[in-house]
Amino acid sequence: MSSQRAGRSAEQDQFAASLHDMLAAADVPGAARRWASGDSSEGLALWHKLAGAGVTALAVPERWGGLAASSLDTVVACEELGHHALPGPVAESVAVVPGLIAALAGADISPVLSDALPRLAAGDLIATLALPPWLPYAPDADVAGLVLLAETGTTGRHVLWLAEPGARHRSVDRARSLFEVSGREALARGPAVADAIAQALRAGALASAAQLLGAGRALLAASVRHAGQRIQFGRPVGAFQAVKHHLADVAIRLEFARPLLDAAAIALAAGDRFAARDVSAAKVACTEAAGRAARAALQVHGAIGYTEEHDVHLWLMKVRALAGTWGSQAEHRARIMAELTAPEAPPWS
Amino acid sequence: MSFDPGPASEFRTEVRDWLAAHLPAQPLPSVDTARGFAAHRAWERELAAVRLSVVSWPPAYGGRGASLLDWLVFEEEYYAAAAPARVGQNGLFLLAPTLFAHGTAEQRGRLLPPMARADEVWAQAWSEPDAGSDLAAIRATATRADGGWLLSGTKTWSTRAAFADRAFGLFRSDPGAERHRGLTYLLFDLRAGGVTVRPIRQLGGGIGFAEIFLDRVFVPDADVLGAPGEGWRIAMSTAGHERGLSLRSPGRFTAAAARLVELWRRAGDPADTALRDRVVDAWIGAQAYRRHTFDTAARLAGGGTLGAESSLGKVFWSELDVALHETALDLLGPLAEVDGLPGADGRWLDGYLFALAGPIYAGTNEIQRTVIAERLLGLPR
Repeated sequence: MSSQRAGRSAEQDQFAASLHDMLAAADVPGAARRWASGDSSEGLALWHKLAGAGVTALAVPERWGGLAASSLDTVVACEELGHHALPGPVAESVAVVPGLIAALAGADISPVLSDALPRLAAGDLIATLALPPWLPYAPDADVAGLVLLAETGTTGRHVLWLAEPGARHRSVDRARSLFEVSGREALARGPAVADAIAQALRAGALASAAQLLGAGRALLAASVRHAGQRIQFGRPVGAFQAVKHHLADVAIRLEFARPLLDAAAIALAAGDRFAARDVSAAKVACTEAAGRAARAALQVHGAIGYTEEHDVHLWLMKVRALAGTWGSQAEHRARIMAELTAPEAPPWS
Repeated sequence: MSFDPGPASEFRTEVRDWLAAHLPAQPLPSVDTARGFAAHRAWERELAAVRLSVVSWPPAYGGRGASLLDWLVFEEEYYAAAAPARVGQNGLFLLAPTLFAHGTAEQRGRLLPPMARADEVWAQAWSEPDAGSDLAAIRATATRADGGWLLSGTKTWSTRAAFADRAFGLFRSDPGAERHRGLTYLLFDLRAGGVTVRPIRQLGGGIGFAEIFLDRVFVPDADVLGAPGEGWRIAMSTAGHERGLSLRSPGRFTAAAARLVELWRRAGDPADTALRDRVVDAWIGAQAYRRHTFDTAARLAGGGTLGAESSLGKVFWSELDVALHETALDLLGPLAEVDGLPGADGRWLDGYLFALAGPIYAGTNEIQRTVIAERLLGLPR
C-alpha cells in the first residue's frame, strides 16, 4: 500500500516512522496484557520513552517547555500510538488536556494547571479528564497524576474542576479503565472555559480518529498476514476470493479515511471556519473504516481471533472502545448536517 | 502544506465566468441520441475555441498546458455549473493519455487536434461477446495486409459507438499467441468499409453503446498505437487512466453532493435521521474522494506514478456515485420515478441510471477488489 501522505512533510513521515520503529521494537501487546491484569509499569515505561521522543510535548506551548507542534503532528503521533494499541489515555493526555490548559493560559490560570504543563511535556505526568455527556468517565484515571472534569452546564455554566476519581468501570478494552469523577476544586469558569471545552472536543475527536485509523491499519496488516499463513483446503485462506474482497473493502475504507484525517488536522491548525465540520467528517470516516477493519479481522482470523490468547483482540476491543468516545457517529453526523445547512455555509468548499 | 487548489484563482474565475456566460439556456438533449450527440459536439467546439476542452494538453494540440491541479479546478467548475456531458470523453480521457505515452509525434499531431475540437469523436472498443471482465480472452483478429492490417470480429458494449467517428481497441495479431500476448492496439474508422454498427438501447432508453461487427476492415500501419504485439501493456496503461484520476475527477461527486445537501435542506424530513445520515455519508464520501485526488495529483506532480492503487479509487467513486443518486431518489420519494422532472430535480434520475453502470465498466468492481487484494495487499493468487 502507498503510505505517502501528500499533506505531510518529510519530517512528519520521519517522526511517524521513528515512533513506529520504537513501538515495534517494544512488546506493546505484552505491556497491554499486563496493564489489563493490573500491572501498568511496562506501559508507563513506554509512555516515558514516547515522552523522550517528544510525543507528550507536542500540544504544550513552548513557554511551558512544549513543542507547540501543529494538530497534524499530534495526529501523526496518535495514529502511530493507535497503530500499536498503546494502553493509556492517549487522546486525553497527548492532545486534549494540554490544549485545554493552553487555551485557558491567557486568563488568570490556577497554578494546578500551569504547573502541570511542563510536567506533561516532560512525560512526568499523565493527564485525563471526563467531559460529560461526550466523555462521561475519565479514562485511565488510575495512572493519571492530573484528573479533570470539564462541566458544560445547560444554562451556559462551564466549569473546569480538579476532579476526584470514584468508582471504576472496566472497558471492553481490558487495558482501559473508566472512572466516575466528582469535582473537588473549581480551577476555572466562565466563557473562556466554554471556548476551551469546544476546542477540547475537536482535539479529542481528531486524536481518537487518528488512533482509530492507526488501529485499523494494524488490523488490516494482521489480517493479511494471517490470511497468507493459515492453510485450509490445501491453500492459504487469503487465496479465496471471499477473503480477498473483504480485505480489499477494508483497504478502500482506510485509504479514503486518511485524507479526511489529515485535512481536518490542517484545517484545525489553520483555524479554518469549517474545521469542526472537517474533524467530525474525519471521526465518522475513521470510525467506520476501523470498525470494518475490526469486523473483517475477526472474520478472517476465525476462532483464534475470538480469544484472548491471540493479540488481535487487543486492537479489536480498542476499536470498539474508541468508536463511541469523543462524540458518537450520530452526533458527528448531526453536527456535519447542521453546518452544511447553516445559512452562510457553502455546501462544498 | 495543503494541496487543496483553493476556492479562488484567476483560472477558476475565468472558467466560472465563461461557463456562466456560455452555458446552453436549456439542458442539451441526451448525448445518447442522434440529435443530442450533434448538440454536444457543437458544445465541445465552443469549449475548444477558447481552449477549455483539453486544458491540461500542450498548447500545440489545443490545450493550455495546465497543471493537474488546474485540471481539477476546471472539472470542479464544470460540474458545479452542471455543464453538458463530455461527448468526447473516451478519446479525451482514455485514448489521449495513451497517445501521449505511446504514440508517435506524427500520430499525436494528426489525431489530437481534431479530438480536442470534437471533429473526431472516439468510441472505445474493448469488450467482446466472450471477453468482458476476462479481457485477455479477446478473439477479434488483425491480419497482416499490404501496408496495414485487416480487422475481423465483434466488439460490444462500445461506449458512444452508435454516433462516434472512430474507435480504438485491442486485436489478436498473432493467432499462435494466447491471452495477453500477441495483441495489437489499433485505431479504426467506424464508417470504413466492412464495419457494421448495431446500436444497443440501454436500460434507461438511451443508445449509449453499440455492437461493432468488423469484416476485413483495413487499417493502415500509421494507425497502430505502439508496437504490434504490445497491445496489452499499452492498453493497461490506458486502463489505469480509465479507473483512476483521469476519467472520474471529483468534480462530479462534489457537485452532486452539494445538490444533495440542497435537496435535503428543501425536501428532507428532519425527523428522518436515517436518511439524513445517508446524505451526510455521501457528502463525506465526496469530500474524501476530493481530498484523495488532490493527494494523488500532488504525488504525480512530484514524479510519482499511478499503478494498481487506481483500483481503490475506482471501487470508491463508482459506489459513491450510486449512493449519492440513490439517496437523492429516496429523498424525492414518489417523484423519483418521474422521467423529466422540471428543474434540477430532473437530473437525479438520469444521473442514477448513469451511476448504475459505474461498478460494471472499466473493470468490474469484483475485478478491482481482486487487483487490490493481490497487487496492493499481497494476498496469494
